[in-house]
Amino acid sequence: MDGSPPPSEVRTTTCYMCACRCGIRVHLRDGQVRYIDGNPNHPLNRGVICAKGSSGIMKQYSPARLTRPLRRKEGAERGAAEFEPISWEEAYALLAGRLRKIRATDPKKFALFTGRDQMQALTGLFARQFGTPNYAAHGGFCSVNMAAGMIYTVGGSFWEFGGPDLERAKLFVMIGTAEDHHSNPLKIAISKFKRAGGRFVSVNPVRTGYSAIADEWIPIRPGTDGALLLAIIRELIEAGLYDRDFLARYTNAGHLIDLDPESERLGLPVLDPTHPEVNPEVNAMYPSNKVWWDRATQREVPSHARGADPEILGEFRRADGHPAKPAFQLIADGVRDCTPEWAESITGIPAAAIRRLAREMGETARDHAFELPIRWTDSWGVEHDRVIGRPVAFHAMRGIAAHSNGFHAVRALAILMTLLGTIDRPGGFLHKPPFPRAVPPSPKPPNHADAVQPDEPLANPVLGWPASPDDLFIDSHGGPARIDKAFSWEYPLAVHGLMHNVITNAWKGDPYPIDTLMIFMSNMAWNSTMNTAEVRRMLNDRDGKGAFRIPFIVVCDAFQSEMTAFADLVLPDTTYLERHDVMSMLDRPISEFDGPVDSVRVPVVPPTGECRPFQEVLLELAGRLELPGFMNADGSRRYRDYPDFIVHYETKPGSGVGFLSGWRGAHGTASMKGEPNPRQWEMYAANDCVHHHVLPEEHRYMRNANRGYIHWARAMRLRSYAEPALIQVYSEVMQEFRLAAQGRRPGRRPPPHLRARIERYFDPVPFWYPPLETEATDLERYPLAAVTQRPMAMYHSWDSQNAWLRQIHTHNYLFVNPRTARAAGVEDGGWMWIESPWGKVRCMARHSEAVEPGTVWTWNAIGKAPGAWRLDPEANEARRGFILNHLIAEELPQAHGPRVSNSDPVTGQAGWYDVRVRIYPASAGEAAETAPRFAPMPALPGTAPARASWIAYFAGKGTRP
Amino acid sequence: MRPAFSVVFLTTLIGAGQGLFLALYSAEVMGALGRIAPPGPRFLHAGSWFAALLAGLGLLASFFHLGRPERAWRSAARWRTSWLAREVIALPLFIAGVAAYGLAHRLPLGPPLAVGAFALAACLALFVCTGMIYACIRFLQEWASPLTLANFFLIGTASGFTVATALAAAFEPHVAGFFGRWAIVLTVVALASRAISLARNARLRPRSTPQSAIGVEGARVEQKSMGFLGGSFNTREFFHGVSRGGLSVVKWAFIVLGFLVPMALLAAGLAAGSVALLVAAPVVQYAGLVAERWFFLAQSNHPQNLYYQRTA
Amino acid sequence: MTQLALVIDLNVCVGCHACVTSCKEWNTSGAAGTLADDRPYGTDPSGTFFNRVQTFEVGEFPATQTVHFPKSCLHCEDPPCVPVCPTGASYKRAEDGIVLVDYDKCIGCKYCSWACPYGARELDEHQKVMKKCTLCVDRVYDRSLPEAERRPACVMACPTSARLFGDVHDPDSEVSKAIAERAGYALMPEWGTKPANRYLPRRKTECVPPSPSSSSPR
Ligand SMILES: Nc1nc2c(c(=O)[nH]1)N[C@H]1C(S)=C(S)[C@@H](COP(=O)(O)OP(=O)(O)OC[C@H]3O[C@@H](n4cnc5c(=O)[nH]c(N)nc54)[C@H](O)[C@@H]3O)O[C@H]1N2
Ligand SMILES: Nc1nc2c(c(=O)[nH]1)N[C@H]1C(S)=C(S)[C@@H](COP(=O)(O)OP(=O)(O)OC[C@H]3O[C@@H](n4cnc5c(=O)[nH]c(N)nc54)[C@H](O)[C@@H]3O)O[C@H]1N2
Ligand code: SF4
Ligand code: SF4
Ligand code: SF4
Ligand code: SF4
Ligand code: SF4
Ligand SMILES: [Mo]
Repeated sequence: MDGSPPPSEVRTTTCYMCACRCGIRVHLRDGQVRYIDGNPNHPLNRGVICAKGSSGIMKQYSPARLTRPLRRKEGAERGAAEFEPISWEEAYALLAGRLRKIRATDPKKFALFTGRDQMQALTGLFARQFGTPNYAAHGGFCSVNMAAGMIYTVGGSFWEFGGPDLERAKLFVMIGTAEDHHSNPLKIAISKFKRAGGRFVSVNPVRTGYSAIADEWIPIRPGTDGALLLAIIRELIEAGLYDRDFLARYTNAGHLIDLDPESERLGLPVLDPTHPEVNPEVNAMYPSNKVWWDRATQREVPSHARGADPEILGEFRRADGHPAKPAFQLIADGVRDCTPEWAESITGIPAAAIRRLAREMGETARDHAFELPIRWTDSWGVEHDRVIGRPVAFHAMRGIAAHSNGFHAVRALAILMTLLGTIDRPGGFLHKPPFPRAVPPSPKPPNHADAVQPDEPLANPVLGWPASPDDLFIDSHGGPARIDKAFSWEYPLAVHGLMHNVITNAWKGDPYPIDTLMIFMSNMAWNSTMNTAEVRRMLNDRDGKGAFRIPFIVVCDAFQSEMTAFADLVLPDTTYLERHDVMSMLDRPISEFDGPVDSVRVPVVPPTGECRPFQEVLLELAGRLELPGFMNADGSRRYRDYPDFIVHYETKPGSGVGFLSGWRGAHGTASMKGEPNPRQWEMYAANDCVHHHVLPEEHRYMRNANRGYIHWARAMRLRSYAEPALIQVYSEVMQEFRLAAQGRRPGRRPPPHLRARIERYFDPVPFWYPPLETEATDLERYPLAAVTQRPMAMYHSWDSQNAWLRQIHTHNYLFVNPRTARAAGVEDGGWMWIESPWGKVRCMARHSEAVEPGTVWTWNAIGKAPGAWRLDPEANEARRGFILNHLIAEELPQAHGPRVSNSDPVTGQAGWYDVRVRIYPASAGEAAETAPRFAPMPALPGTAPARASWIAYFAGKGTRP
Repeated sequence: MRPAFSVVFLTTLIGAGQGLFLALYSAEVMGALGRIAPPGPRFLHAGSWFAALLAGLGLLASFFHLGRPERAWRSAARWRTSWLAREVIALPLFIAGVAAYGLAHRLPLGPPLAVGAFALAACLALFVCTGMIYACIRFLQEWASPLTLANFFLIGTASGFTVATALAAAFEPHVAGFFGRWAIVLTVVALASRAISLARNARLRPRSTPQSAIGVEGARVEQKSMGFLGGSFNTREFFHGVSRGGLSVVKWAFIVLGFLVPMALLAAGLAAGSVALLVAAPVVQYAGLVAERWFFLAQSNHPQNLYYQRTA
Repeated sequence: MTQLALVIDLNVCVGCHACVTSCKEWNTSGAAGTLADDRPYGTDPSGTFFNRVQTFEVGEFPATQTVHFPKSCLHCEDPPCVPVCPTGASYKRAEDGIVLVDYDKCIGCKYCSWACPYGARELDEHQKVMKKCTLCVDRVYDRSLPEAERRPACVMACPTSARLFGDVHDPDSEVSKAIAERAGYALMPEWGTKPANRYLPRRKTECVPPSPSSSSPR
């Protein structure tokens, strides 16, 4: 075998076959991609790469690539995918003309929603400068519960925000995770952990992927993790197996909570009016004059007073005779009845196993604790000569989050981790800068619909972190200001928006109609939408006068997705190998435990056809619309192009803080902060496209209250204030809303029909309730839970155009426990129906002993609409593949009142995994193909002219050597 | 396994060719020994050519089995280790040998029986090679048995004698009885041998199991996914894709058409002196033996299949 | 004598398929390429891959084990696929034990694939020659690569380092030690093929490991 021609060039950049964003090396031969491997110098993936990343070649040269701007043909129906190519100039003129009118009259009629991107700093800025409230990324239908539940409790979350320290953990508990964003790093870490002899427990109704290599699999009924976690918390409290010192000092466990039934602050921390406020401006947001009940003196003392140590359990009478309890006592009270037996009846996990698990966690944290000889100073000036480690680590994801009771379950998890004393401690959970942020973070959304004015930017960022009803984005009647009703009384803490309701709401004109809907990188006509068949109808629906209910739809995509069929204007994006991108500190960087990391993508191959990066499109539009911030005083454009924008943009003039933290300063010598460096891109490119600011040891732990770290973070503008991020085991924010619902709080009150809802779900102590959908379902008729899982070798919908990846997941089956299947008469490999109250799907069955008998599941987003992705309309994906989305309603009927989103009532997180179904065999005469099926989508102009009957890729020679 | 028709035709045709040669040669030997009235040289000459033709057609069929027939010349290289390479040598030698044997009845090449001895050796070697191609793969348990050699030999010989009977009935009637009686005897013996192998195979317990395939103990080891859904060489080459019922039909078809009907036709044809019946016998038998060979190939259960059970 | 091989640790393999596509990617444009794909955008797409990751279930609920099982050519020490090859296209290298196919000699008779009990060979439907894992022979000796990268593509890719590469005849190699310490085993030992590739079994950690210097600060 003789050697193959050597690659002519190797360039480093950042992968974007998924949101993990590993460092890659792209090897080129004669201008074509020869090989993509992991960059060994990259902190995230350290040289490894995944199945998707290794298939980048087939993405780059996919026949489904869009290569020209397209306009829907005059008279063609949306969904029919009949387009004509137009020039970019025509596209810009069309879009800018429309947007200019909207901005000058009613900016909220422009809605911008983005999917799988990681560039929300730019899209958010664009929306804010445009002045529309209707902007969000995909987090609402993704995992906002995991973000919000954790951030509202410990100031950080998983993924690029923080994670398990598996290098030092001894017990690792993974809950409801199939693959997650941190794909390669998590795999690297789990394997090392296992090799070092660590014990790995997985809680999941299904045993695949990570769970497959767990030492213990704990099958759980979907939607019940809250009950499990509360029972574990109860067991730990009963047994005294918690880290009292940690709770007392670094959490609000010791804050005395006012229990005076007459008080306006019932259920809120007692504030000491006599205690001088350090900084009144900050104090308004993060009051520091709270009080403890001192153990030694048995008196009320300012919290964190020198030498004091708070009681965290008990009930105390204050000087004025009113009762008060430390916050932790209220947690203990709240979980008193959450016995393992109670949890067993809900979760299906034997009570003994729950007890054993609780003990194992508590004892490992206690008996295997260790110390690192690291000096640090806490936020109250006390010096410590060591950092304590407690080797119990957790990772959890959408198994907990994607339920309408997920916020409280995630809070329960955060509290459990706190009880074990594992927050930002070695062996436990570690933050990744810029996290931890304040609890909650300081940015707030606009708090009144009047903030939206013609031709005006918004004064606040569109998205933020409400701390009380005063931060809600509502109108004077308490109605929503946003099309998705985020930050309204319906979903007060919808910090990521509710993208899953945008189309339905816009179609209904509820709360108001919009004009232009712009979707970037999301397949909203298929797998990211609930109730897919209906939503597709809505997208093409017209009012009585024959006008589209959603007048104009713009889709920016790189491939012929299902969504493109419904666009009026299609903008062809570049691929990740063709464009500049930033994984910015202002957005979602790729930080490590030991310090901030950001990275870039640089083009390694030229753009295909007429593709243009969406970033350039936004900048062009900003220029044409003359959006403030993008223009010079003389009216000329401030930024030449996207790379120029990235280099020169500063959060405030002269702030020295921009999108990228590396190689700042005129000579590129500054890190984190410094004046813009015109050669910043080159320097990134020359340094593996990544910048890692490694923190000194004393800044690597206990960062919720590590003074040195926090001051540094504020100086670097990672934090706005230098206040400690005190962990909120008891949620004051929740109580503020509850008080408003109870009418005990001055200021805003929820409208009457939402009062009971707010009062119930805004409980400062986490609790378990059945998912909303199960309450709206006849469980006798629909007894089974149906969930999906991410396949490791496929990214949502977008890899079916990838000739290599699609061979691994060409179509999908519904996995059913054989006992369940046999009871329903469903045969292994046979055709069957899966039906929910909202729809039904015909699919193929696969018996599996690796799923809990009350659950059925399938791989996510494998089924495709005929003809989409440039696949043959009869391709397996379209004929045998299916999506569960047809079974999942985006709205639920309520016993009283209008329909509500099928979402968590706190955060608006889409309740994907709440659906209940029944299954039965397809009858003998039925077609052996999936249902529903849709009319085939023709090839879009600009995609590959013909489908090759075979390919044999050889770099430098193309797909047919 | 999925039977390739190129292989089916290759093995059945050369088997018949070899058998026909054996018939001719044995008749000439018996004639020389004075046990029967010998067939005439014209018949032996033409018959040999017919045997060579059958074998040549088999050789031709084999080319259709190759992905790269233009390189077929390479295929004798590893005769030291490969039964296939040996077959590749033995088959042309046999064809040459039988042609020479035929010609020896026309041209002064030497005593035909002496010339034929060479063909006889090639013929027997070819039987061994062909059989061993299958029998030598130890984990194809249905094949890895001396019965495979016996069957290839007996079936090939029987079908050759049947062909010889038909040829004789048409052109050299006085030896038709000799050929026909032996054809019946050989067909009976072949059927017996084949039946034994069927019985053996029915009782085989696969030595490889899902447990040994992946090296995991446990009462229940079941594949859920072979790692791809659209099929691959491994799902195409090693699975016949025919139902159990279908297989059983083929089995009975070959028993009936390959053995029982030809025996009846031979017996009736000899008894009635009917050329038509005797000519029908090899035609029916060949169809049956095609089914037999298909079944032989299909029935072998490749251990690799343990890795290609299910998609998901 | 050297015998290069892969040792696959089923204790950490999560079935991610990285080794599948990285192998395809490396090899299709490499010395062993191309690796064709039929109906790449049509019904039942079917391509040549040297490595597949399969899933098995062991036991019954709730005591089910899910086993992810990567499989490529095992580079048998007594490879039945080699002697049967009539042309000598299929051969085992004396110097390192890698079993290879010489595409220039192969006639595409498929006989070697019949003689492989593991289903590790695939005929390329377009070049009509037999293909299989080459153990990335075009990487492992490539002096233009840095030392650390002279390893198979699948080994480099594997995020869990479940794939070890080395000389199983060298008792001091990482792979030999792993086999010895972890009871590495061969597939289908019943056929005496002596696969060079070995698998490391699952190992269950029942309780948290004791800490050597456990000091309780509480
Ligand atoms: N039933 C069910 N449904 C679900 C989920 C579930 O678990 N179960 N999960 C939900 C979750 S968490 C999420 S995040 C969503 C994801 O769903 P989506 O947000 O729809 O994500 P993708 O399917 O990845 O598709 C995004 C679009 O991005 C396009 N794209 C790919 N690369 C580029 C590029 O470089 N530029 C541009 N402009 N476009 C590109 C693709 O072609 C595709 O059309 O699905 C949700 N839907
Ligand atoms: N390869 C690949 N990687 C991806 C993606 C992809 O499409 N492909 N998508 C990315 C995106 S957008 C996201 S949001 C993340 C999602 O990352 P994950 O959350 O890991 O992905 P899911 O597939 O939603 O997995 C949810 C898991 O929870 C389990 N589960 C369901 N319900 C429950 C429950 O009630 N309790 C418990 N304990 N478990 C439950 C399911 O069985 C499943 O294993 O992955 C990201 N990473
Ligand atoms: S995990 Fe995601 S970013 Fe990393 S290599 Fe794989 S696809 Fe690329
Ligand atoms: S890359 Fe590694 S973890 Fe992934 S399937 Fe292959 S061997 Fe297993
Ligand atoms: S695994 Fe198969 S192809 Fe590889 S050496 Fe062994 S027998 Fe030959
Ligand atoms: S297919 Fe090629 S390698 Fe295999 S036995 Fe035939 S000639 Fe040898
Ligand atoms: S060693 Fe090379 S050829 Fe073999 S499976 Fe791994 S990547 Fe593929
Ligand atoms: Mo997501």
